[in-house]
Parts: sequence; C-alpha cells; structure tokens
Amino acid sequence: MSSVVTDPTVPGGAPVAVTAASVLRQASNPVDLEATQLSAWFGKRKVLERCDLLMERHKVTALIGPSGCGKSTFLRILNRMHELVNGAAISGTVELDGVDIYSGKLSPTQVRTRIGMVFQKPNPFPSMTIKENVLAGLKLSGTSSPDRDLLVEECLMRGGLWNEVKDRLDEGGMTLSGGQQQRLCIARSLAVRPQVLLMDEPCSALDPISTRVVEETIHELAPDITIAIVTHNMQQAQRVSDRCAFFLVEEFGKPGRIIEAGETTQLFASPRDPRTLDYVTGRFG
Amino acid sequence: MSGRDHSVVEDENTFLVKHADLFLTEDEMLDRPARRRSLNGRDLVDVSLATIAAGTTAIVLRLTLDWNGLMSTVVWWYLLFVALYFVLVRDRTSSEVAVDKAVTIVVWSLAALIAGVLGWMIVYLTAKGLKLLRPGFLTSDMRSTGPLTTGGGVKAAIIGSFEQVGMATAFVVPVAVLTAVYLNEIKGRLSPFIRFIVNALSGLPSIVAGLVIFAAWVNNGHGFSGAAGAAALAVLMLPIVTRTSEEILRTIPDSLREASLALGAPQWRVVLRVVLPTAQAGLLTGVILGIARAVGETAPVLLTALGSDATNWNPFHGPQASLPLFVWQLIREPNLRQNDRAWTGALVLVFLVIALFALARLLLARSQRKLGRSR
Repeated sequence: MSSVVTDPTVPGGAPVAVTAASVLRQASNPVDLEATQLSAWFGKRKVLERCDLLMERHKVTALIGPSGCGKSTFLRILNRMHELVNGAAISGTVELDGVDIYSGKLSPTQVRTRIGMVFQKPNPFPSMTIKENVLAGLKLSGTSSPDRDLLVEECLMRGGLWNEVKDRLDEGGMTLSGGQQQRLCIARSLAVRPQVLLMDEPCSALDPISTRVVEETIHELAPDITIAIVTHNMQQAQRVSDRCAFFLVEEFGKPGRIIEAGETTQLFASPRDPRTLDYVTGRFG
Repeated sequence: MSGRDHSVVEDENTFLVKHADLFLTEDEMLDRPARRRSLNGRDLVDVSLATIAAGTTAIVLRLTLDWNGLMSTVVWWYLLFVALYFVLVRDRTSSEVAVDKAVTIVVWSLAALIAGVLGWMIVYLTAKGLKLLRPGFLTSDMRSTGPLTTGGGVKAAIIGSFEQVGMATAFVVPVAVLTAVYLNEIKGRLSPFIRFIVNALSGLPSIVAGLVIFAAWVNNGHGFSGAAGAAALAVLMLPIVTRTSEEILRTIPDSLREASLALGAPQWRVVLRVVLPTAQAGLLTGVILGIARAVGETAPVLLTALGSDATNWNPFHGPQASLPLFVWQLIREPNLRQNDRAWTGALVLVFLVIALFALARLLLARSQRKLGRSR
C-alpha cells in the first residue's frame, strides 16, 4: 500500500516532506482570505467590532489576545461556523480569493470544504477507525478520491502521525493519546484539501513534544495552505507565524477589536500600541 | 488428560496469586500489584460480632414484645447490625472510616436484596416451569390438547410473539429514531409539541392502546389478527424508543457535530455518518427496552390478536397466539396440567427475552471491540 518512499527514522523528514508536499501542491492552490469591517453579535451582545485582517497566502497568521476578546469568534466567522450558534449574527465581508463567502455564491458547506478547521480539543470520531477518521471528510462532504490509501498515508504524514499509526490504521481513533488525536484531526482536515486551515488553539491540550510536532506540521503546510491560528502562547505565535493580529476588549462589556496587526517580528519587537507591548511582554493588566 | 493437568496447574497459580502475601517476602511483594480491599479480615470479625449481637437483641425483642411476623425481626436485626458495626469500626479506627464502611455495607446489602429478588423469581419460575420443558413443548401447539391430554406446547405462541413484536419493532425503530433526530438534531418548531405528545403517549395504559385498535380496526370489519396486535404493541413501544433515543442523541457531544460540519458536511450526512453511528450502543439499548415492554404485554394483544390454540403463520388473517396470552389463558383454567403449561410458557418467555438481550449485547460488543471503546 505504501507508494511513497519513507524514512521511518525521521518523522516528517526530507524525503517524506518533498513527496507528500508535491502531491498536495497539485491539488491546493493557496489563496488570500480577507476580512473587512467584520462585526459579530451573539443575540444583542456585540462581541467583535469592525475588524480588518488580511490572511495572506503562503503565510501563517496568528491571532493573539486575552481570553474572551473574540479571537475564536473571529476564526469561526471565517468558515461560517459562527452562524451555527443560536442568535449569532455578523456584518462585514470575508473574501476568499476575492469572493465574499457570505454573498450566497458559495454554500456554507462549500465554504467549509475550502476552509478547514482544527479545534481546541481533539475530536476524532469515536465510531470510526484511524483510517476512517482521515477519510471522514470525503464521505461527509460527498467527494471522491482516486486512491484512498495513498491519501490516508499522505495526510497522516503531513499531520506528523504516519510513523506512529501506520501499523494500526484499523484501530479506533479514540485509542490514540491526546496529542496523537489532535494530529489525527489535522490529518482529517487536510484530506478534503482545504485552501485555508483555521486552527483554534490547537496545542492548548497538548504536551510540549506533541506541540512541537504540530508546529512542524504548520511550517510544512504553510507553503501550500493559508493558515490562521489562535494561540495563547506568545512563544508559539513567534515560532509559527509570519503575521500576527492582537485582539483586545478595551473596556469591560465592549466588543473586542483588532488593536494591531502586522509582521510578527515587528509586532513583538517594536509594537506601535503600548497595550500590545504590555501583552506580548507579559505585563498585561 | 493433558487438559485436566493443565487446569490443575492453573488453579495452583491462581491460588498463589490470591494468597501471594503468604508466600512472598516483603521485597518480592513490591514487584506485584498490591491488592487493596475495602473490607479486610478485621472487618469480617466486626461483621460477625455485629451480626451475632444484633441477632440476639432482635430475638430477645421478638420474645419480650411478642412479635408474630418474621419481617419486623429481620428489619430490627438489620438496623441494629448496621449501628453496631458502625460503633465497632469507629472504636478501632475513626468515625470517617466507620461511616465509609457502614455505607459500603448498606449499599452492598441493598444491591444484594435486588439481585436476590430477581434471582429468586428466576429460580421459582424455573422450578415451576422445568416440569414440562422439553423439545416437544416448543414444537407443538395446543390445537388437539386439552385439560385431560398430555403434550401440547408454545409453538403457536412463539410464532405469534415473534411476528407481532417483530412487525411492531420494524415499524417503531425507524419512526422513533427519525423522530428523535427531528427533536434533537433538526430542533424544528414542532419539537415542544411532539415532545409533549410522546411524553403523554408513554403514560398510556396498555389496555387503552388495545381498545383503540380494537375499536378502530378489529371491530370495524377486519377481525382479530397478529397485525392488529403488532399495531397495539407499536403504540406502546413508540414513546419508549423515541424518548430513550432522544436522550442518547443528547449525550453525543456537539464537538463531533462541529467537527463534521467543519469538514463541509451537510447536516443529513452529519446525522447519518457521525451522530447515529456514535449513538449506536445507546440506540440499541432503547430498542431493547421497547421490545422488552412489548413482548410481555398481555392486555393489548388480547383485544387485538385474541389468542389461538392452532398455529397461525399468517399475521394478517385470523386470531394469533402470543406467549403472554398463552400464559394468561392457561393459568386461569382450573386444571393443574394447564397451569403447568402456563408456567413453562412463562419460563420460555423469560429465556427468549434474556437470549435476545444477550445476543444484542454480543453483536454490539463485537462491533465496538475493534474501536477499543469501553462503552
């Protein structure tokens, strides 16, 4: 079943990355994702106000800021998951490759197929094996793949999990450890070949070693997939992202806003706003 | 020969494991998993002392207060026993430990009481029913059997029960599961109304379900039939299976639905591919509960299928027997031979139900073992 040359001693090593990347690159063509004047409500409560952010192709954008400032809501608006909550509403536009995803040209399911998401807590499907979990997106979105075994191998490799699970693909997804489950979820979201991948604190439940593997995965994916990642870990934001946006609720009860956005190095070294400086240096509050 | 030798060796091994502390040094013990018991040897001494003291007191009370029944003595003995046991343990340890152990004893004894009642019923039923239980009892009907003849059996009743409950289940399971999906996944505007109807229906006395079918169908020119019985049973099963299915769907975490939607799935695929497969075990439990209710119902079947001595394979025409009906009709007769048949019929009914449950759990365990899930 293995048609890709692998080096078992180096997870995600050079030959693996080149082969898997080349296969994926054929299918995905990275695009910009741009939010303009985005506001969001839960019922009457406004949680985000006039956020502008460009998530450029080939780049990783990190969303940072204290809890409750609307980072996750912002992320969920980007693939139309926000509207699943009762009473949720938005205004503004989100353009995927120049097309507003809220304009009606694309259905929510089409949007979500092109813009994948990895959640904070790993959530593999308990009724499926590891292999079925990877292929779940195909079944669930009704798309077909010519070579499923190859796709499984490819996605698990890009998720940095292949070497650990290649001999137990038919075991349940829940038999894996927490870190492995999260990488399985990343592999699962890659299988539908998204152009954008949104990650909502993907490492918050993981140990440092699993975190490192996930971060390596993000690095490898960046050339092919536009990535936006929410993180509470300043070091992680610096390690994985090219660009960074700082969210903040300025006053209690007010909606969250983007205070500052720019190159990660610049934002961490010489932020324009004093509040950004306070937050990234840990002197917040 | 060799098999027997092997088992002897194994017995010795388990003996060694069980009593490792007798044969091993302290150092060797550290290499083995320690066995912690909530009740140890000292507790057994306390239990015995408390039993004897409480028993003596209860008997003295019985004699001095001139109690007649046995019940009051037993209840007083039990209460005194728990109190004495508590005091004995508290003397030796502390009141926290004593409360813990006393509650442990109470919980254990109540669980044992329930298991005991159930076990006693099964033993009693088996003792009564075993008398006539032989292969012929399962393969013959009551057409040419009367109070004065031997032979006869539950063939017609088994066929009837299977057909009626089977038809009812085949109708109820899809309807109930789809209703549960409507209530919990689609959350449509009619949900509160439907939930109210389902709850009201689950309180419906079974004789009423039978009466409705009797008036609307049987007495309306169509006559008694197994299908009419199945309809009455379906009315009884539907609310049970719907309610348990809805409860089960509610326990499926939203994170799984979100994960599916985020992969670009339309809602119907989320339900079909993720929610229902994840809920499989619970849904099966709901169906089993429904079947258990239906298979033991007598009144609605009496009014719709009527019962029959002859074997009737066709559930759509003519009266049909069923196991509870068989039991009910024969236990009423003033004839010991017929009564014995009723007891054996009841035994067959209970064991059919138990076998059905065991089979369902077995199939489920097999399908879940490969996924490494405990539930």
